[in-house]
Amino acid sequence: MALDKNGIAKRIAQELQSGWYVNLGIGIPTLVANYIPEGIDIEFQSENGILGMGPFPFEGEESPDLINAGKQTITALDGASFFDSATSFAMIRAQKVQLTVLGAMEVSENGDIANWKIPGKMVKGMGGAMDLVASAENIIVAMQHCNRKGASKLLKACSLPITGMQCVKKVVTDLAVMDIDPGQGFILRERAPGVSVEAIVAATEGRLTVPEHVPEMQLD
Amino acid sequence: MINRIVDNADVALEGLEDGMTVMFGGFGLCGIPENSIAAIKKKGIKNLTCISNNAGVDHFGLGILLDNGQIKKMISSYVGENDEFERQMLSGELEVELIPQGTLAERCRAAGAGIPAFFTPAGYGTEVAEGKEVREFNGKPHILEHAFDSSFAFVKAWKGDAAGNLIFKGTARNFNPLMAMAGKITVAEVEQLLPAGHLDPNEIHVPGIFVHRIYQGAAFEKRIEQRTVRSRS
Repeated sequence: MALDKNGIAKRIAQELQSGWYVNLGIGIPTLVANYIPEGIDIEFQSENGILGMGPFPFEGEESPDLINAGKQTITALDGASFFDSATSFAMIRAQKVQLTVLGAMEVSENGDIANWKIPGKMVKGMGGAMDLVASAENIIVAMQHCNRKGASKLLKACSLPITGMQCVKKVVTDLAVMDIDPGQGFILRERAPGVSVEAIVAATEGRLTVPEHVPEMQLD
Repeated sequence: MINRIVDNADVALEGLEDGMTVMFGGFGLCGIPENSIAAIKKKGIKNLTCISNNAGVDHFGLGILLDNGQIKKMISSYVGENDEFERQMLSGELEVELIPQGTLAERCRAAGAGIPAFFTPAGYGTEVAEGKEVREFNGKPHILEHAFDSSFAFVKAWKGDAAGNLIFKGTARNFNPLMAMAGKITVAEVEQLLPAGHLDPNEIHVPGIFVHRIYQGAAFEKRIEQRTVRSRS
């Protein structure tokens, strides 16, 4: 069965390693914070200027001076720090942040990502996404494998204006976990529980390398 | 001590004219210079080019100046929260330039640091890089970006003193220190304006040399854009 959004977030959370600073984008990536495995010590960075971001505040304790990059009210954990936007992107460009998780409209087999603009529709802007994907060493994309019409979002080449070139290393969708290698395209690593390799092949337009053994994700 | 205090927002706008390029601190509605925005509306300054990460929401923040037709062009990284903005953009009344957020921040910082231009990897290979010089450093392509040139910068701080020193609170810091550095004339409004000597010099975020005019904000609404909470159970 295909994963729901929380399932995708749960699988991505398994990638977290102690000592990492992590930037989570808006949408499914935000949910990753709910599934940090036991014993893993990480800090969340939000690019509007906080390290050590905590959960949403209890009702009545929200502050207009404490938000995340999605403009949601948040809390600051012990050890947190605040800083200006240039310092925030300094730590991003200088690769002090070990992992960036973000959503995408399209990803190509060479790791291009498109997630900021649909020609002909109102363009809201790229926010910090272009800076993040241009610099981050480790980028995981959280997305649905196909769009609402059933067309693959994992493509030979992005059809939408791209946000960054050859930057995505791993994609976790409702159907599968895939690495991206410039020579081999998408490499199928894991299947969602009950989803067949054939279903994933059919849902992937870009080049997909299928190893002999593709295990199911272990989510419990 | 050089005294940077001015009486109020109206006095602080002296020299602001139609057609100028101006900066506004804040991220979303967090840390925006509400009192200066209200005074600019009252004064009716037109054709402004505004550098600000966002463009406010309908009828609040920079949305106030949009409603009043005072903004000619917005330079921002994300502008999605405002219907009037969308209407003006689609009708061609409003010019919009979208810039990666880190590049926006660094172009402010560079302006305030005497650096005319710099190379960044952000936007390489995208339409942001069109027409810009590309150079490779350490095997990776970067694009040339220039410092902003801004006549005024309007910022908001939590505490300030008569010497113009500023301290911010929480994530309301965001673009404010960088824009304070970048403005040819920087106007700071603060929640608490104190006499010199009442702020610990060890804790100053922006030294007063960057702040030409400081005033006690008369009223702060400090609206929350996305109120998100968790249950106590």
